[in-house]
Amino acid sequence: MAGGEVLRQNLPEKLEESPSGANELHVLAVDDSLVDRKVIERLLKISSCKVTVVESGTRALQYLGLDGDKKSSIGFDSVKVNLIMTDYSMPGMTGYDLLKKIKQESSVFREIPVVIMSSENILTRIDRCLEEGAEDFLLKPVKLSDVRRLKDFIMRGEVKEGEKRCCKRSRSEDCSPSSMTHPCDSSLLSSLSSSSVLSPLSPSTLSSKKSRL
Amino acid sequence: MREKEKERKEEISKMDVVTQMQRQLIQYTSSLFQEGFLDDQFNQLQQLQDESNPEFVVEVVTLFFEDAERLLNELSKSLQVEQESIDFRKVDAQVHQLKGSSSSIGAQRVQRVCIAFRNFCEQQNVEGCLKSLQEIKQEYSLVKTKLETLFKMEKQLFAARGSISR
Repeated sequence: MAGGEVLRQNLPEKLEESPSGANELHVLAVDDSLVDRKVIERLLKISSCKVTVVESGTRALQYLGLDGDKKSSIGFDSVKVNLIMTDYSMPGMTGYDLLKKIKQESSVFREIPVVIMSSENILTRIDRCLEEGAEDFLLKPVKLSDVRRLKDFIMRGEVKEGEKRCCKRSRSEDCSPSSMTHPCDSSLLSSLSSSSVLSPLSPSTLSSKKSRL
Repeated sequence: MREKEKERKEEISKMDVVTQMQRQLIQYTSSLFQEGFLDDQFNQLQQLQDESNPEFVVEVVTLFFEDAERLLNELSKSLQVEQESIDFRKVDAQVHQLKGSSSSIGAQRVQRVCIAFRNFCEQQNVEGCLKSLQEIKQEYSLVKTKLETLFKMEKQLFAARGSISR
């Protein structure tokens, strides 16, 4: 775990320095729809993120250098991505397939939060994605408030990486309602908007999901 | 003195015209929302437009027009074959794409017909699909005309404003 410790300490440095000196999140967005790529790119730019947009899961893996060319475990090199946002329904490799591939990676790539976007409010789909390690599931069309909330969450996570890991562990270990009193969970739940599901355990978000139908 | 008075009167009448145009634009935009052509997502897009990206809404909507026209062509082709050989999965996939992009720009009525269309695909209901395709073409044509009118009004207003400032 010593290697893991080193990586965690390096994380704040992964934030890109913009010309103004402020730390910027670098987001990789994946969507096969031209219209949606344009919108997500703008949503992210206006939220002061550095954006790279690609049209498929295959391209995303190529960009990350995960398409076969083995890089060293620390070899993040020039490509530093703080967040991946991917559409679910894409021809060929779906967003779910991409999520799985990333989470199967060793080292830093597995640590990159992946958010799934979908126009379809299907609970089994949402559950599958969260179980596979998706950070969040956003209903399309994605709003500015979704991106802002996500950005805040990721920025907080970049600094408090240890706490975040703690949250994930408690969520997966104990699915009973009594585990909801974990200190991290309350901050996550309080920042929920109606178009995302951060925790599959939260009944209020699930019911608001259903009412959107 | 008279020259200055004349200039001032011209300025005032230009401002009246601009005010009138602004009012008309607001009324027209309002009507599009009231009649369900546009929904809140269109507002969301407008929020993303600023000085750094002043043509954003027009650009996205233009992409939508191109995308929609391509998909409508493909749908026509997919449904023009012998009824027994209609590939409903393919049709559904195409409608899904159109539903997505219309939803992304707030074209509510187009999106709604897409939802009905997908139900017909699921039921493998040929007549329903053909009917839906006709409806979508109509709704698309309507929203396209209305958005083009809206953009034209905005452009004229912008030009009129520009002719006042000194």
